[in-house]
Amino acid sequence: MSNKRRFGTLAEPIIEGLIRVCGFSAILFVLGIFFFVFREGSDFLINKLDVKQFLTSIEWYPDSPSNKRYGVLALLAGTASVTVLAMMIAVPFGLGAAIFISEFCSSRLRETFKIVIELLAAIPSVVWGFIGLTVMNPLIIEIFNAPIGLNVLNGGLILALMSVPIIVSIGEDALKAVPDSYREASLALGTTKWQMVYRVLLPAAKNGLLAAALLGVGRGVGETIAVLMATGHAVQIPDSFLDPVRTLTATIAAELGEAPVHSDHYQVLFIIGILLFSITFVVNLVADLVVKGIKGK
Amino acid sequence: MSKTAKLFSLNIIVALSALLLQTGCGKKSESGDTTEKVSIQNQGSDTMVNLAQAWAEAYAEVDPAVSVEVSGGGSGTGIAALINGTVELANSSRKLEESEKAKAQQNTGKEPKEYMVGYDALAVFVHKDNPMEEITIQQLAAIYSADGSVTKWSELGVKNAGCPNDEIIRVSRQNNSGTYHYFREAVLGKGHDFRLGSVDMNGSKDVVELVSKTPCAIGYSGMGYATTDVKMLRVAKKQGDPAYAPSIETTLNQTYPIARPLYMYTLGEPSEHLKKYLDWIHADAGQQIVKESGYVPLPKDGSLESGMPAKE
Repeated sequence: MSNKRRFGTLAEPIIEGLIRVCGFSAILFVLGIFFFVFREGSDFLINKLDVKQFLTSIEWYPDSPSNKRYGVLALLAGTASVTVLAMMIAVPFGLGAAIFISEFCSSRLRETFKIVIELLAAIPSVVWGFIGLTVMNPLIIEIFNAPIGLNVLNGGLILALMSVPIIVSIGEDALKAVPDSYREASLALGTTKWQMVYRVLLPAAKNGLLAAALLGVGRGVGETIAVLMATGHAVQIPDSFLDPVRTLTATIAAELGEAPVHSDHYQVLFIIGILLFSITFVVNLVADLVVKGIKGK
Repeated sequence: MSKTAKLFSLNIIVALSALLLQTGCGKKSESGDTTEKVSIQNQGSDTMVNLAQAWAEAYAEVDPAVSVEVSGGGSGTGIAALINGTVELANSSRKLEESEKAKAQQNTGKEPKEYMVGYDALAVFVHKDNPMEEITIQQLAAIYSADGSVTKWSELGVKNAGCPNDEIIRVSRQNNSGTYHYFREAVLGKGHDFRLGSVDMNGSKDVVELVSKTPCAIGYSGMGYATTDVKMLRVAKKQGDPAYAPSIETTLNQTYPIARPLYMYTLGEPSEHLKKYLDWIHADAGQQIVKESGYVPLPKDGSLESGMPAKE
């Protein structure tokens, strides 16, 4: 008995130290990654890059034999269009599913749903890409009479399907976190179940629901292989959701293997990495501020 | 309840992956037990990846002590790996550029050595319902080049009924592809760029796959990748010239205008087992596989260096 207790007092600080290291390592990794990505691209970024051309030109000719040009506007538009479409589909569906699972369905059905949705999250992104390439492409051509089925719509649908599980599980957690006394009080006042959800639960859980949606956006901006295969990988600003596009992530994935280390092309790809990093940073920061703002009220 | 379910499914996944790993390892050690195995890392051209794989499999029976590990990724990827010294043998469907040679020399201290191992005719594919039968190099350039202006099938005089809005969907390759570089030089001309907005696919097979499902599309890929779902166009040098279908004969007698040699590169003199492998590839057995895989074998009489000229 006393032996056990002594072990306990010895182990306590060690375990605490280990956990502390785990916590700090997260910060270390993020800083480390940012440092290395920045270092690879810094020379070109500081000395050669025409920032205005980089952000406002659609001419992406990294290996032109006569005149190399690095303009990422079309790639930015590609990432934005696919992400926005995906969120327009995934956020209502995901939050709807979360509300249904948390409030309206029987507990047995709930377990089935959760397992199925977790399975959806376990499908590797390259498999989603294949579905986009082989199943959705002919379907979209047929249904929309489109010239090609690899386009914003295809990528957006695939990405929506990939983000729904995240939105559902985080959204459901947020709703679960609302104390039952709220529900009981509302129902006791004579509201219907839907009035209770709409007037009481959603306002009470909005921070968590917002976080769910924004994590979905993060997934959308960062997803690579599935959109590489489903969007058509064409450098252009889309006129409609039936046009093929190319995203920032897909460009890095497709071209980094070929770019000789430390060449201009290689460095520009790392600058795109910095750009992506900044976009997700801003999204997260805005999310944080919004959530804090709501709390402040 | 939900937590146990989660844990349970996690356990299943872990168990399954462990099983996969084990069977994977089991196979390796089984074949490696008998003799010390030498492995050759072979990477590069996506056009050649099927061919390289076929060679590797056949060679495993010729010399069980050597295992050749093949991966694709594109000629540029293979060359970059050669320059960085991470592969012994790079496949490339284009010639190494002088700057790349210099870079390899500077990086590794060895000069890349070139081996011509066969030819590939670059086929131009359209959907099987497309009524088009032949195309000229100028027309191809007008479709693909940044200076060209053809965007509709009707501008080529083609009535493509399967394609409701008449738009030509240009299917191209990502810029790590040797096929992409060859097409740019041979069809668009030196110094010219592709027009932006083409659908850039990752592999030769993906191009054919996409064209077979897209009535509006046109694409290019090695003729070895042809399937029954796509149509190979006959290609003419210019308007009025006879058009030829890609084949072994038209490639070797140089009537088919877009055919190119396929290369393998080593860093400096190859090691003994690598040299044996390359010799075998050049011998009848290896060249027979070139033919079976849908590529064009080296002419019997010609030596390695005196093949068809790479460019005109």
